Amino acid sequence: MTAVITGIGVVAPSGRTTGEHWATVCAGESRVGPITLFDPSRYRTRTAGEVKDFDVMGDVDGRLLVQTDRWTWMGFDAAAKALADARLDLSAVDPYDFAVVQASSSGGNHFGQGELQKLWSKPDRRVGVYQSIAWFYAATTGQLSIRHQAKGPSNVLVSESAGGLDCLQHAARLVSRGTPIVLTGGLEAPLSPYALTCQLASGRLSPVDEYRPFDAAASGYVPGEGGAVFVVEDLEHARARGVPVIYAEIAGWGSTHDGTHAGAPSARQYGRAMKLALDRAATRADEVDVVIPDALGIPAYDRAEAEAIKDVFGSVAVTTHKSLTGRMYQGGAALDAVTAVLAMRNNTVPVSTGVSEPADGCELDFVPSTTESAVDNVLIGARGFDGYNSSVVLRRVA
Amino acid sequence: MRRTVVTGVGVVAPGGVTRKAFWSRLTDGRTATRRISLFDPAPFRSQVAAECDFDAAEAGLSAKDTRRCDRYVQFALAAAAEAIAESGLEFDEELLDRTGVVLGSAVGGTTALENEYIVVSDTGREWLVDPAYASPFLYQALVPSSLAADVAVRYGTHGPVQVVSTGCTSGIDAIGYAHQLVQDGDADVVITGAAESPLSPVTAASFDAIKATTPDNDDPEHASRPFDRDRTGFVLGEGGAVLVLEELEHARRRGAPIYCEVTGYAARSNGFHMTGLRPDGIEMSVAIDDAMRQARLDPQDVSYICAHGSGTRQNDRHETAAFKRSLGEHAYRVPISSIKSMIGHSLGAIGALEMAACALAIKDNVAPPTANWANRDPECDLDYTPNTARELPIDVALSVGSGFGGFQSAMIFQRLGAVA
Repeated sequence: MTAVITGIGVVAPSGRTTGEHWATVCAGESRVGPITLFDPSRYRTRTAGEVKDFDVMGDVDGRLLVQTDRWTWMGFDAAAKALADARLDLSAVDPYDFAVVQASSSGGNHFGQGELQKLWSKPDRRVGVYQSIAWFYAATTGQLSIRHQAKGPSNVLVSESAGGLDCLQHAARLVSRGTPIVLTGGLEAPLSPYALTCQLASGRLSPVDEYRPFDAAASGYVPGEGGAVFVVEDLEHARARGVPVIYAEIAGWGSTHDGTHAGAPSARQYGRAMKLALDRAATRADEVDVVIPDALGIPAYDRAEAEAIKDVFGSVAVTTHKSLTGRMYQGGAALDAVTAVLAMRNNTVPVSTGVSEPADGCELDFVPSTTESAVDNVLIGARGFDGYNSSVVLRRVA
Repeated sequence: MRRTVVTGVGVVAPGGVTRKAFWSRLTDGRTATRRISLFDPAPFRSQVAAECDFDAAEAGLSAKDTRRCDRYVQFALAAAAEAIAESGLEFDEELLDRTGVVLGSAVGGTTALENEYIVVSDTGREWLVDPAYASPFLYQALVPSSLAADVAVRYGTHGPVQVVSTGCTSGIDAIGYAHQLVQDGDADVVITGAAESPLSPVTAASFDAIKATTPDNDDPEHASRPFDRDRTGFVLGEGGAVLVLEELEHARRRGAPIYCEVTGYAARSNGFHMTGLRPDGIEMSVAIDDAMRQARLDPQDVSYICAHGSGTRQNDRHETAAFKRSLGEHAYRVPISSIKSMIGHSLGAIGALEMAACALAIKDNVAPPTANWANRDPECDLDYTPNTARELPIDVALSVGSGFGGFQSAMIFQRLGAVA
C-alpha cells in the first residue's frame, strides 16, 4: 500500500491558500508581527505569527461556532479546503473508509480560559454546556468526523511540535491497514493570554521577540498559530477515482526519543529518526534534494539538529521558513510538509530564512535564494517537547 | 505479521494502588466511590468520585518528581515501574532503542491548569493573567506530551513515543497504537497505557453542565450503577494503568511471563454527535466486528466482555445493542461487567485500567462483577455478572470504549495459543 497526499488545506500566517503560502515562502516575507488577538503589553512576548482576518462565519453554522474554539474553526476551514482540493465527493465514500487524525498540543485553550474565568470569577461555580466538548484535545477531530461523516479509525496525537509529522505517519499506517482516506494534519491556536503564559513558563520563547534558528543570535522562538490539513489517500484509490493531483507519497518515517529531559537534545537519536525514515523510504541520503528542519531556535537544539543533518547527509540543501510564521507547534511541521510538496510541484526550492550569521556548529547549506531545481525527495524533521524526534520523507509520485 | 503479547501490568486505581490491590478489590466486588475529598464538592451537582489514595513517596517517586509531574503523570510513573518490574525487562542500549512509550490521557494537565489559573488570574479577576506567578512547570500542564516523555526519560528509552488523546477511548487507543508499533516493527517493546487525574472543580462543573455525572450524593458507595434500571449517570474517577507490550518472539527468547496476546484492535467514529449516542450501537459494533476479524474469532469464542458501562442512560443501552449486533445469541450467554461500578470513570485512563483487568481476568480465570446491580432494565437485558465475581475459563476477553467526540474502540486480549 502506498499513502499519498491528494489534498491540502492551509490556514497559516503565511497564507490561507497554498498559493499564498507558497508566494510568502518563496519571497521570504515575514508574517510575524505584534500580537493583536489580545493586549500583550503585560507579557515579555508581544510578537507572534497570527492568521489575519480569520473568519469562518458564513462557512460554518453560527450555532457550531459558539460550541467550538478558534483552533477548531481553523480545522473546519483547512479541512474544507483540503477536501475540495482533493475533489473528494464524500457522498460516494463509505464513511467507514474515511478517518480523521489530527495533532494538537494546546486544545481549545482560548475557550477553556473563558470557562475557567467564568468558573472562578463567580461564586456559583458553573461553566457552560460546551466546555466538555470544546476544550479537550480531541475536539477538532470529533467535530470533523461529524461534519464530514468520517466513521473510520480516527485518532488524536499529542507530541507537541513533532505531531505535525506524526499525523502523516499515522495516516500512512491507517492506509496500510485498509482505510483508504484519512483527513490528517496539525493545527494550533496557542494565542490566548493563558496559553501564552504557559508557553512563557517553558523558557523557550525568545526574550527579544526574535526567531532566528541556527543563527549566532538565536535566543528561542516566537509563537505562531495555524497549520495544515491533508487528504491522505491510498494511491490505488486515488488513481481509481481520477484524482486531479497526487502531490507526494509519504514514503518513510521514523520516530525516536532523546530519553532525556529538555535541555539535553540528542543528535544521535534525532539522526536515527532521519535514518529510519530514509530506510523505510528505501531512499539514500544523497537522493534527498532538500531538508526542512525543525529549527527550534534554541542554541543547543540547533547544534544537535545541525549535527544530526551533517551526520546523516554530509552535505545537503537546507531550507526553513519557521521564522516567517513563528513556531506553530503541531501546525509547524504540517506547514513544512505543505512547503515540501509545493517545492516538488514547482521544482523550486524556496529561500531559507532567519539565518544571517550561522552559529558555531550550525554551518549548514542554507538555501540562499529561491531557486529552480528538480525536487523529488524531501526530508522533514520535527521535534516535540520534550525529547520527541520525528522525521518524514515525502517523495514525488512518478 | 509480528504478534504482540502482554508481559507486565501496573496499576494505580481508586481503592487499590498496585496491581494486586486493584485486582482484589475488583474480584471482591467492593466499590471505591466516595464523597469527593480532593476539593470541596459542595457547589456541584455531582459530589461523588472514585479517588486514589496515592502516596507518591511510597510509590517510589522523588520530591522532584512530585514537583515537576502533575498527579496523572505520577500515576503513570508508578504504574510503569510496577509493570516493568513484573516483566523482568533488563534494558541495554540496543533494547532502549527498540522500546517505545505510548500513553493516553483525555484531559491531561487540566487539574494543574485550573489550580494555576486561580493564582495567575487572581481568582478570575484578571483575563490578562499574570505570568509572574506561573509555575515553572506550567507548560507541561498545557501540553500533555510530557506524560509519555516523563516515562521515557525515567527509563532512558529511545523508541517511538506518543500521547494519544481520543477522549474516553484514549486508553484503548493508546494500547492499540502501541500494538501497531510492535506489529509494524517500529518497536519490540512498548510501555503503554493511560493515566488521568481529572478530579477538580472545572471537570465537575463541565459534567454537571450536561448532567452526565450522577446527582446521587447521599449514598456514594452505591452511586455508580451501570446497566441497572435506576442508573443516573457516571461517577468520575482517576487512576492509571500501564502494560508492557512485547513482540512475541522477543518475549519468548527472554523467557518472559506472558499474560495474553493482543489479537484485535479496532476504532470507529459515530460521525453523529460529540456527546450523544444513537441507541443502535452500530459503530461500536463495527469496531467489535473488525477486532474479532483480526483475531479470527467467532462470537462464541468470547469468554468475557469488559464493558464501557459508564452508567449513563444512553451509554449502557447503546453498548448493549452493540454486543447483540456483534455477538448475536452469544451476547445473552457471555458474562459482561463494568468495573466502573467500583472504580468510577477515569476518562482517558479507564480504557487502560479495563485492559489491565482483562489481562488479570485471563490469568486468573475470573470475571470481575458489576457492583450495585439490583434492577433489570428492559433495554439492558444481558448477563452483567451482578455483584459477585465469577470463576470461569477465560481465554478471550473483549473490551470496548466509547467517548465524547464519537469515538468507539474495541480490543481483544487472548490467552496465548487458545482458540484456533
